[in-house]
Amino acid sequence: MSDTAGALQHPWPDLRMQRAGVSLGMWMFLASEVLFFGGLLVSYAVYRSFNEEAFRIAGAHAQIVYGSINTVILLTSSFTMTVALRAATANVRRVTLIFLGITAALGVAFLVCKGLEYREDLKEHLFPSPQFPLSPPATAMFWGFYWIMTGIHAVHLTAGIAVVLVVWTLFKRRVIPVQGSTMEGAAIYWHFVDSVWIVLYPLLYLAGRS
Amino acid sequence: MTDAALPFVPPLDVRRGSYLDEGHTILSWLTTTDHKRIAILYALSITVFFLIGGVAIGLVRLELISPTGLFLTSDEYNRLFTIHGIIMVWFFLVPSIPATMGNFLVPMMIGAPDVAFPRLNLLSWYLYVGGAVFTVYVLLSGGVDTGWTFYPPFSSEYSHSNVIPAAIGVFIVGFSSIATGVNFLATIHMLRAPGMTWFRLPLFVWSMYTVSVVMVLATPVLAMSLLLIVAERLFGLPIFDPSAGGDPVLFQHLFWFYSHPAVYIMILPAMGVVSEVFACFARRRVFGYGFMVFAMLMIAVVGFMVWGHHMFVAGQSPLANLIFSFLSFIVAVPSAIKVFNWTATLYRGHIGFEAPMIYALGFLGLFTIGGLTGLFLASVPIDIATTDTYFVVAHFHTIMVGGTVSAFMAGIHYWWPKVTGKLYNEFWAQLAAITMFLGFNLTFLPQFIMGWLGMPRRYHYYPDVFQIWHVLSSGGAVILAAAYLMPLVYLTWSLFCGQDAGNNPWRSTGLEWQTPSPPPKTNFLRPPRVDADPYDYHDFGRTEETGGEARARPQGEA
Repeated sequence: MSDTAGALQHPWPDLRMQRAGVSLGMWMFLASEVLFFGGLLVSYAVYRSFNEEAFRIAGAHAQIVYGSINTVILLTSSFTMTVALRAATANVRRVTLIFLGITAALGVAFLVCKGLEYREDLKEHLFPSPQFPLSPPATAMFWGFYWIMTGIHAVHLTAGIAVVLVVWTLFKRRVIPVQGSTMEGAAIYWHFVDSVWIVLYPLLYLAGRS
Repeated sequence: MTDAALPFVPPLDVRRGSYLDEGHTILSWLTTTDHKRIAILYALSITVFFLIGGVAIGLVRLELISPTGLFLTSDEYNRLFTIHGIIMVWFFLVPSIPATMGNFLVPMMIGAPDVAFPRLNLLSWYLYVGGAVFTVYVLLSGGVDTGWTFYPPFSSEYSHSNVIPAAIGVFIVGFSSIATGVNFLATIHMLRAPGMTWFRLPLFVWSMYTVSVVMVLATPVLAMSLLLIVAERLFGLPIFDPSAGGDPVLFQHLFWFYSHPAVYIMILPAMGVVSEVFACFARRRVFGYGFMVFAMLMIAVVGFMVWGHHMFVAGQSPLANLIFSFLSFIVAVPSAIKVFNWTATLYRGHIGFEAPMIYALGFLGLFTIGGLTGLFLASVPIDIATTDTYFVVAHFHTIMVGGTVSAFMAGIHYWWPKVTGKLYNEFWAQLAAITMFLGFNLTFLPQFIMGWLGMPRRYHYYPDVFQIWHVLSSGGAVILAAAYLMPLVYLTWSLFCGQDAGNNPWRSTGLEWQTPSPPPKTNFLRPPRVDADPYDYHDFGRTEETGGEARARPQGEA
């Protein structure tokens, strides 16, 4: 197994432990992330319960076509990520590389689509400012959450794409073997960013259409 | 002369050099992934910030000698106590024990060669430095005046000071705590030596485990609340703006959801340190080890459910007040269990009054006072009368300064020979410990009294009747300052002129002492194996002890 020789990092005694340790660390980091988004989601819930009508009016202006396309893109990227992880576990290097590449490309496609959507939003002056077209005042609150939630999610996704590209490069140059613990950590993070979107999609795009 | 001719020949392995000899350049320190060296980087950084925060509050105490002020404008006064709070909470107290002693000792106490993710550990220090850069910028560009709590709408709309860089600094340093927490949790779960079962972990390791859970789960909520403030201030998104239906009290909920558990982030490590010190210097097994562990776990869990007691007068419903009050009383139960168990550990112990023990005894008394006055404040009717008075200020300083800083000092002295291989001057250390206890009480007992009489916190000008208490408190602060500066001198002195400590000057049974002092880069010369419970001291005092160091030893040694 000379292929896995470079994978063992200080201070781990063996690869199996290291892999379990990396997963454990990543899950704990994600627990932290859940609380991070939790603060945001709780605030949204509190305000929506106070201003039901305003959130319904404001939510009807969200661009559901872009939002739905993005949901499809991101769910597909989780599928390709899973294929990449399975391939890596089975040590099928070529398939791992191809599907990691597709995953990163889908991530970029999401961001492009999101950018087009932002352009439409800005055309309609939906960024809270004196020209904000909707009323009552709490509609601006909904759009405040829209920009913060999608913005933070986009930052997380960008970080995810960067991680995937770095991992891809390391695999491509054979710096580390695909079977190590790195792939697992990257995959767990990617699925988390995807799950956050699954929560944001109904809150932002479906709230005004019930 | 050959080795054989020397009267004492150290074992070959020991002379191979300690972690301190692994590189002497500044670059070798800035790029190290050795947990022991990172601990020292942290220790130096937090000492700098402790001094800055101390100078800020020193100026405030000087100003408060006179009811109408001496040399500061009210605006400068606000900025000084704010920077004191921000620096002391996030740049000193939160990282104090975990990032220094925790980093150094957790791997050594569980018999591991390093923490689980050494590079993440180094990254956490750089995140700390990144946050520190923003804070220093705030300091140099005129400060921030919101108080350390950043309450909107003042912080989001009305303040004209540097709120955004201050919030970003705290935001970044928060991720340094999260990284440390994740690292400790993975280390304690995965890297324990053979035989080191969960209930053989020293209580210090348990305290690091529980504090890591709180850091990982509470800090992100602070990050989000600060992010929302920045979004409102920078981009005008009306999250806490009442004119758009926003609620400033929601910020307080988010903020205290972190900041109350943050109090436990500060005190749990202190509890861990004094447990080690009491056992070693009373030569006694810690009384009720299992209860101590579950008490810490209970504090960590229940600590998440009491944040509302900071908001009894903020317009919370009476039912919510009642529930938060009840839960706050509940969290006192495990704290009391710990106090009783420490006392029982001391009972019939063979107590030595070395400096770490004096600091730890100071902790015990002050933590009890701080905890009991906390019960006053958990009770809604009393809290309504004392909200935002010096009584609150004195209460939380008794926990954070009287408790945590005493324990921090106890730990620094107890593990100083381990970290440096040198002995400090015992007389000066004992003197500093006693001075600190006296100075602390002179500073904060007057604050309890004037707070009870109605002196509001954060006021620049105050009625003449309170002057005597303010003067006493400021006098105490001078003594306290001297007590903090003394260790800087004699500890630095010991580095250059101190006696060699030997490997285990306190004859401690902890695993971290069963290896050379200062330890080699790999921590242990041979992989350790543990076959006994912690605190293997004799039950009836040190004279009858037979072989305290015997049972937790590196594998293969006689």
